[in-house]
Amino acid sequence: MSLFNIFNVAGSAMTAQSERLNTVASNLANADSTTSANGQPYRAKQVVFSTTQMGDASAQGVKVAAVVEDNSPMKLVYDPKHPMANAQGYVEMPNVNVVDEMVNMISASRAYQNNVEVLNTSKTLLLKTLAIGQ
Amino acid sequence: MEDPGKPELKQKVAAVWQMENSGTDLVCIPDEYSSWFAAVEQEKNVINRLDEALRFQQTSLNLRAARQELLASNIANADTPNYKARDVNFANALQNALAGTAAVLPAAQTSTMHLQGNTGQNILGTPVMYRNPDQPSADGNTVNMDTERAQFADNALRYEASVRFVSDKVKEILTAIQG
Repeated sequence: MSLFNIFNVAGSAMTAQSERLNTVASNLANADSTTSANGQPYRAKQVVFSTTQMGDASAQGVKVAAVVEDNSPMKLVYDPKHPMANAQGYVEMPNVNVVDEMVNMISASRAYQNNVEVLNTSKTLLLKTLAIGQ
Repeated sequence: MEDPGKPELKQKVAAVWQMENSGTDLVCIPDEYSSWFAAVEQEKNVINRLDEALRFQQTSLNLRAARQELLASNIANADTPNYKARDVNFANALQNALAGTAAVLPAAQTSTMHLQGNTGQNILGTPVMYRNPDQPSADGNTVNMDTERAQFADNALRYEASVRFVSDKVKEILTAIQG
């Protein structure tokens, strides 16, 4: 029954959006991390969404195809006192764009809310269907 | 309706059915079974009428549910690059489903760059189409959230209306039976 498939579709979208929110949180938390696990400054991460089939052909869900690193250049900040400063006195700061991340966060949270509403609507419809003849 | 239950009677009934199906007109029903046959005929009529009474709304509910799924997919994929929003022409779909026909609507392609209108999928015989993008975005996604949300709410409401119609029809039939 196709209304049940909507749970899978909206659920997959919610999972994908929460993963996006997770990367936003990680990017914002590490906006000033001058060293990461590999000794380099932290690189911003982005999720890549792709369509995935759930059940029949008309139910297309979402999955996170990949988490890619932002290849834009690091921000250089002049701070000779900093322990990570190079010979010229510049420190490489993460390439996290805080404005971009905030926009991403709002977009992810709105998309998540949309899907919650889709799920609730489908639930209401199924309950009404169950009540036929009562 | 009462099942006569006797093996020889059952044999006779089977023979009569066979004659009916083979197109022979020479069916002679003994008087003692005629009331039973009348009851069978009446029951067949009642079931046909019940089916007819609910079939339209049932088809409509099936289509609404399928369309709801399409719209949910569109909303779910609002941020997926290159996803194309899809929908069905509901009026056509309902007509096709009721008539049991399958419509093929070829989109006029005047350039090889044109998007194929038909997605190749179909719902109860009606092709699923791509929406005409009104504000295509840079990532190739054609989902317009305003349209999708509005259509989703509209479709949900119409689904509820169909549910209500079925419910009322059932109540009507029950009233007719119980008085």
